[in-house]
Parts: sequence; C-alpha cells; structure tokens
Amino acid sequence: MSDTAILQASGIGKRYAGVAALHDVQLTLRAGEVHALMGQNGAGKSTLIKVLTGVVAPDDGTIALVGEPIAPRSPADAQRLGISTVYQEVNLCPNLSVAENICAGRFARRRWTRTIHWSRVHEEAAAIMRRLDLDIDVTRSLSSYPVAIQQMVAIARAVSVSARVLILDEPTSSLDEDEVRQLFAVMRTLREQGMAILFVTHFLDQVYAICDRITVLRNGGFVGEYRTSELPQAALISAMVGREFALTGTDRQAVPTGEAAPLLTAQGLGRRGGVWPTDLQIRRGEVLGLGGLLGSGRTELARLLFGLDPADAGVIAIDGDERRWRAPAEAIAHGIALCPEERKTEGIVAELSVRENIVLALQARLGLRRYLSRAQQNEIAQRFVELLGIKTASIETPVGLLSGGNQQKVVLARWLVTEPRLLMLDEPTRGIDIAAKQEIMSEILKLARQGMAVLFISAEIDELVRVCDRIAVMRERRKAGELVGGSSEHAVLDLIAGTA
Amino acid sequence: MSARFKQLSGHTLFWPLLTLALLLVANGIFNPGFLALQWREGHLYGNLIDIVNRAAPLILVSIGMTLVIAVRGLDISVGAVLAISATVAAWMIGGALVVDHGVTTAVTRLPMPVAIAGALGVALACGLWNGLLVVRAGMQPIIATLILMVAGRGLAQLIGGGQILTIYYPPYFYLGNGFLLGLPFTLFVVAAIYALTHVALNRTALGLFIRAIGVNPVASRVAGIRARLITIGLYMFCALMAGVAGLIVSSNVKSADANNAGQLLELDAILAVTLGGTLLTGGRFSLAGSVVGALIIQTLTSTIYSVGIPPQVNMVVKAMLVFAVMLLQSAEFRTTVRGWLVRTERRA
Ligand SMILES: Nc1ncnc2c1ncn2[C@@H]1O[C@H](COP(=O)(O)OP(=O)(O)OP(=O)(O)O)[C@@H](O)[C@H]1O
Ligand SMILES: [Mg+2]
Repeated sequence: MSDTAILQASGIGKRYAGVAALHDVQLTLRAGEVHALMGQNGAGKSTLIKVLTGVVAPDDGTIALVGEPIAPRSPADAQRLGISTVYQEVNLCPNLSVAENICAGRFARRRWTRTIHWSRVHEEAAAIMRRLDLDIDVTRSLSSYPVAIQQMVAIARAVSVSARVLILDEPTSSLDEDEVRQLFAVMRTLREQGMAILFVTHFLDQVYAICDRITVLRNGGFVGEYRTSELPQAALISAMVGREFALTGTDRQAVPTGEAAPLLTAQGLGRRGGVWPTDLQIRRGEVLGLGGLLGSGRTELARLLFGLDPADAGVIAIDGDERRWRAPAEAIAHGIALCPEERKTEGIVAELSVRENIVLALQARLGLRRYLSRAQQNEIAQRFVELLGIKTASIETPVGLLSGGNQQKVVLARWLVTEPRLLMLDEPTRGIDIAAKQEIMSEILKLARQGMAVLFISAEIDELVRVCDRIAVMRERRKAGELVGGSSEHAVLDLIAGTA
Repeated sequence: MSARFKQLSGHTLFWPLLTLALLLVANGIFNPGFLALQWREGHLYGNLIDIVNRAAPLILVSIGMTLVIAVRGLDISVGAVLAISATVAAWMIGGALVVDHGVTTAVTRLPMPVAIAGALGVALACGLWNGLLVVRAGMQPIIATLILMVAGRGLAQLIGGGQILTIYYPPYFYLGNGFLLGLPFTLFVVAAIYALTHVALNRTALGLFIRAIGVNPVASRVAGIRARLITIGLYMFCALMAGVAGLIVSSNVKSADANNAGQLLELDAILAVTLGGTLLTGGRFSLAGSVVGALIIQTLTSTIYSVGIPPQVNMVVKAMLVFAVMLLQSAEFRTTVRGWLVRTERRA
C-alpha cells in the first residue's frame, strides 16, 4: 500500500430539494488500495459516487485526480479521465448481447472497411468474462441471464478498461460466495497493479477480507477514515449507526410446528426449463429456508408457488384444497406474498410515490372498487415508513429517488401490509444495511411466531441456519434434500454442493 | 421568472391550455366575429360551439387512446373501428319512408336501440380482438392494431355492400345534430363520458393501477394487479369510444361511408393525447390534457378552413402548426431557449 493519493475529494456537498444528501464529505483514494465506503441506507454513498463520476454535479467541494482538479460532466467523461464505475443499479442495455455490453464504445473494427469485427469482439468479450471465471455465451442477450450474471458483466466491463480508479457500488449484493471470491481475486490483481478501488458493501466480512481503509458516512456527513486493521467490527458499526449497536444476531427460538397442519403443500410441482417436479410443505408459523447456488432453482420454485410462472406439472394445495394459479393475484387472494429477487424490474414502481408503492399489493387484493381513502393510505404508509425505518423526505417522494436499500424496504413493506399467511422472501435483505437487517429479520420472526409461515431464500448460509426451522436445498433445479434448523453450516454446504 | 409562474407552468395542463388560448385569440384577431356567441331560435350558435361540437368524436377517441397509451399501448385501429361502428349502425337502422294512408312514417330494419347496441357491441368485439393480440399473443401494440386498421375498413365495406349507406330515420339524427337545453346534444354525450371516466379513474383504484402498469408492468403483475385483464379492458374501452364516435359521425352526416369515415383519426387522436401532456412511454397521463389536445386540433382545422388555405397545402400547414406547438410544449426546448435568452442578456 503506497501513500500517493490518486483521487481526492474534499468538502463535497449535494442537496436534493433542500435536503442535504451530502455535507462536507471528504474521501482520499490511494494507489494500490481497496477502500471501503461504509454507511447505513441513505447515508449518501451512492450519491458520493455519482458526484465523483459526473452523474450529478456537486453543489460544493472539489475533486482532484493526481493533484489536478477535475470536474467530470458525465460517466463517459469520468471514464476518459480514468475512473471506471459499476453503479448500484446495473445500467447496461438488456436487449444487447453480453459482448456488445462489455465492448460498447470500443468495438474491434476491420482494418480497411472500418466495420465492426464481430468475431473479434466476441472473442475479446469471452476472454474478459473468463478473467472472472465465467464461461458464458457472450452472443446471447444480457436480459436472458439472471441479475447476478448481469452484475458480473457490469463488473467485467468496468475492470476491462484500463483505469486508475475503479468504483464498485454494492457489486456483491446479488452474488454468491464463489462469484465474490472470483471478484476479490480480480480486485487483488488490480490492486497489485496500483489501481485504487472504492468498494461499497453492507457485508462486514467482505470489508475485513479485502479492504485496506474504510471511510464512514452517516446521514450525508463524513464520520472518519480508518485503517481496517485498527477498526474493530463493533467500532465500525457504531461509527455507521452513530450509537452503540450490538449485533445480537436473530436467533430463532424454535417453535414446535411439527404438529401444525400444513398451510401449503406442493406435490411434483415443476416447469420445463425451470425446476424439476418438486415436493414441498410449509406449516403455519414455520420458517422454511431455501438454499442453493445461483441458478439452482430457488427463485424459480418460489415463482411457481406464487403463480408468477405457470406450472406445467404437479399441484399446489392450500389448507388441503387444490389450487391452480393463473396469475399472482390468485395466490395473493389466498394470502400468499412474494417479495421478489429483482428489485428494479419486479419490485418497485419507480415513478409512483412511496405511499402508492406501499399500498399497491393491498389495494390490488382489495380490488378496484374498495379504494383505500387517502387518509387510510397515508396512515398505512406512515406506519411502515416508521416500522422499517425507511429514509425518505416524505411519503409522496417517488420511490425511484430513494437509496437502494430504502427501495428494498419499501418493497418489503408492500408485502407486510397485506398481512400474508405465507410470506416468501427472495433475498429480502439485499442491499439493506446491517443494523436495519437485524431489525427487519426480527420483525419477520415476530410475525412467524404469531403464525405466519415464511419461505426464506438466502445465499447466506449462516443466516439460513440461524433463523430457519427447516432448510430445503436446491441443486441443479431439483430439491436435493432437507435439513432441520440448527444443522451445521457444513451440512448445508455439503448438500448444496452435492458432496454429502 | 417568478416562483408563481414556475409553479403554474409546471402544471400538466398549463401548456396545452395556453396553446389553445393563443389559437383562439389569434383567430379572434384575424376574424373579429370568431369568438362571438349568439342565441337564435332557442339554440346557442357560434364558432366556439361549432368547434366543440365537431371535436366530439375526436375527444371521445382521445379519451380512450389516453388510457391505452397510459399502459404502454397504442391503438391505430380507431379510425377503422369508427367506420365499422358507423356502417353497422347504418345497416341495422337502414330506414325507409313509408307512406301509409297518406301518412309518412319512418321505419327501420331493426329498432334503433338494437342498432346502437349492435354497433357498440361490434366495437367492443374489435377492442377485445386488439387486446387479446397484445396481451395474449404478445404482439407489439402498433402491429397488433395495424391488423384491424387495415382489415377493419374491408370489413366495413363488406357490411355496407361496398356502398355508402344512407340512413332515413330522423330520430337517429338527433344524436349528431340535436340540441338539448340550447346546446348540441353531443356536448352532453362527451361530458357524461368524460365524467364517468374521471370518476372511474379517481374514485376507484383504476387510476393507480393504470399508472403502475404503465410505469412497470412486471412489478404491477407481481404486486397482484391484474395487468393483463385491465389492459384488455382498456383496449375495449378505447374501441367503445371509437364506436360511440362512429354513431355520432353517422348520425351527423346521415350516412356511413366505410372508406372515408374516421380517416386518419388515429393520428389526430395520438397527436391530441401527446399535445395534452401524456407520455407515449406510459405511466403518466392526463385525461383533461387529451380533451384540450383534441380541441387544439379541431381549432387548428377550423382555422385553416376559415382562413381559406387551399386544401392541397392544408396538411402542410397543420403539420407546421403542430410542430410549433410541440416545440413550445417541450421542456427541453424551452430550457434551450431560456439558455439563449440568458446568454444574450448577459452579452447586452
Ligand atoms: N435524485 C434524488 N432526488 C432526491 N433525493 C435523492 C436523490 N438521490 C438520492 N437522494 C437522497 O439522498 C440520500 C442518499 O442516498 P444514496 O443513494 O446516496 O444512499 P446510499 O448510501 O447509497 O444508500 P444505500 O445503502 O441504500 O444504497 C437518500 O436519502 C436519498 O433519498
Ligand atoms: Mg447506494
């Protein structure tokens, strides 16, 4: 780790409609370091990154690159200056191929005709993806891959351009352990080559695994810069939260649910190209975990149970009565809820207000005619904004303007409002900060104690083991087996990998 | 610019209304009698009344089009549906004057209510067809409705036997030519439909659902909104509006011309919706804006006729005026112009 500052920002201020998103923030990135930018949801991390890369102009402050003042006017401008960025919301072109996305703006061209040399472009793109250990068909459209792969493509694009600064805003939120390991390997190589890397994450273990320094923001203000080795985890959390905050973990006091009648039973439920016929049973008050690798069929199974994709085999029974869903609306009418994995495309309705987003599912369930009065809507929205600690200027703010983690909380609130009998959560705490995550998980477990069944999909095995009564594991689009809660992480891992 | 003006100009209806007002004032200057209203034989007469009356079919179709566009759709078959509805109504009513013992009475092939229901039923079926193509078959709206746009007129010709159908049944003429309380009856039709739509959008969750579907159809479906059903319903509503417009037009001209009724109506309707501030990308819409947009278009048409511009260049003039109006309403353009002005001020 050298001490030459490559990128230096000081006194950065940014206001949105009178509210300070950033106030007198400083940041120093040095050559050959991985620098964590930490803070709670809405602390201003993404906004700082947008300021550094010319997405938004700061109201105050200066930015210097190797001592030279700069004022990038657009991400392309920042890129030319040597700052390469992966934003929190993947903003690639879903309809273009993976190769086009990776190489956009710098296609290989034929010598004389200057036409695009497609076979070369595809080769280059494939080579770049292989650096991240991903062997995928780069000629297929980006949208045909799951979010995690799209995220890897965005990362691949960013690391493939020669830059002095690499900025990664929550790149790992949708990745599994293996991909994270790959990404870290690449980051380490780049660090050795002298690149400065800014890394945003809500996973503390990742911070301690790879970061050299940490800058902490709180409520748009600068809290401090620390060396990772000198900042214990508890101190980091206190710096972010602004008070003593104990990570107590959300252990589940096992409730005997073995005798309870099953709420939902799926028999041989499957769909060609999705999941193979699968049996699953969920009881009232039970927290059932669903583990597995990316693309193992966890999400697909939840979508079948919710009627989002039509099943072509098997039956679902609710309270013993067979049901066939033609649309999610029918599943919802029977008290089922699914908080989907992909927040941006399947979760938020960006231009609608926080209030409208929160009441949307409840209103859909009530139907057209029983329209909630404005007062009722306000009351519900206000209650859940407080319950989940959603940081927003007002309940009339369009959801698209909220920070990523706060958008996620809104989607969660939408489903909690419907008071479902079965709540299916697909990576519900993705992008949510560590303190809020603890509060949300304990809220959900409280509801489970009151009789709500929960299907909990998570890539974090320690979390699965801690909170679930039972864990079903998916492997290669089939159910590989079930374990009781409290099994060792090892047992789960073995089942996931198929090495048991 | 004062804060007050900024707030005012931020309103969706500000620019459409300003445009309409400017057009009317310009007309009033060039043609002093233009804005005058007269009370004659118990009826209100005047250019303004005339414009609103003539705009009625366009207003109705624009209301339907607005809601279809709000859910990211488009319906370019409205002109053809208007022709179908007009032809069906004309054929079913038919009508002939029968002299019986020296008393002439008008008789119809089928009772008038049946004819009206029949025409509207056929229009609804057209909308269902469009909606199914878009939602079930997953076709692009412009292509899906292009089918009916092309085939619809052929269908209308078939019904009409390839001829212009004349209607001989005076009670039917009331719809397009009658007066109620001194005002054209069509005004009441338009007002009633507008009010009903407004209530459906704001007193039920329909407005919320439409905006949600327009912004993010996938997320809306996940949230339990019956997005497909609603979308089909809106295509049917749009076709129904075209059907009512077909009744008004056929009643007004006492005949149905399968070939020319509602010609280019789809373009005028899309234009009216856009002028009114509805986004073609879905999600944000203004019903009132579309009504104003339709009035702007009708005023333009009337202006062009009254100024005496030769019909050959008619379309060019209209296009230029529309171009100017769209520029005026474009926020980007206004920002650019403001930039120019500020710069010249500084230099001066
Ligand atoms: N375009 C905008 N208009 C209004 N407010 C905004 C806008 N962009 C961001 N904000 C506000 O600025 C604050 C900081 O948001 P930012 O996205 O930087 O948070 P973050 O630290 O990245 O949080 P997260 O961990 O949830 O991603 C938030 O309160 C957000 O609502
Ligand atoms: Mg962020």
